[in-house]
Amino acid sequence: MDVIDPTRRKVLAHGASLSLLTLVAAAGWLETSPVRAAAWNAAAFDAHSMDDTVKALHGSTPVASKDVTFVATPDIAENGAVVPVTVVSAVPKTESIAILVEKNPNMLAAVFDIPAGTDPSITTRVKMAQTSNVYALVKADGKYYVASKEIKVTLGGCGG
Amino acid sequence: MPDPMKIRANQLGDATEVKVLMSHEMETGQRKDAQGKVIPAWFIQSVDVTCAGKTVLTAQWGTAVSKNPFLSFRFKGGNKGDKVVITWVDNRGEKRTDEATVA
Repeated sequence: MDVIDPTRRKVLAHGASLSLLTLVAAAGWLETSPVRAAAWNAAAFDAHSMDDTVKALHGSTPVASKDVTFVATPDIAENGAVVPVTVVSAVPKTESIAILVEKNPNMLAAVFDIPAGTDPSITTRVKMAQTSNVYALVKADGKYYVASKEIKVTLGGCGG
Repeated sequence: MPDPMKIRANQLGDATEVKVLMSHEMETGQRKDAQGKVIPAWFIQSVDVTCAGKTVLTAQWGTAVSKNPFLSFRFKGGNKGDKVVITWVDNRGEKRTDEATVA
């Protein structure tokens, strides 16, 4: 008879879920809970999606904007551990610029608060786990704007 | 005591450009050591930059900022001789302050 023995089916099903967990644990993606300073926005840095990150930053859904640009940021990063990113915002009254990496374990990499008189332009270097979209999230005059750029990564940068 | 930051602050027209290279492991908390134990996250969480006492940038960072973080930005004003002071605090509560003079 061509019916899979029900016990075998159960074992297979459990086996599959067990090995997935093992893989996840082995890859180091299971988070421990580090100590955090009070003012640091832990919720935002823990978020796994754009929506959750924006919510944790007490923001509103961002609007795509051509006034937020990536400058001198590579299309291909040879080393995912050190990816140079420059974000420039031409949106008037820019208050903050945040950099998010879509496929990182946590999307939010950094948030910069730009006081009046400081150019809304930031250059830094971020880690990327794998080829992914990088988002620049800008808060200006209370509203949120976003731009994205895909950066290909040949060697992942999270050390997993 | 962590290694000092390398700071350059240069006048460019009516603006000052700041470039800083910090010395920090920025451990993600994802890596394991040779025994298979997770190396705990250890990373700069906040950065504060002032020039002549006025705040010109603040930032909150997560583990995805690269090891030995590099940061560059510009602000209006800043005269030659003004002090640019940068402070970082990490998730262990360690902090480091360095300064440079606008050239």
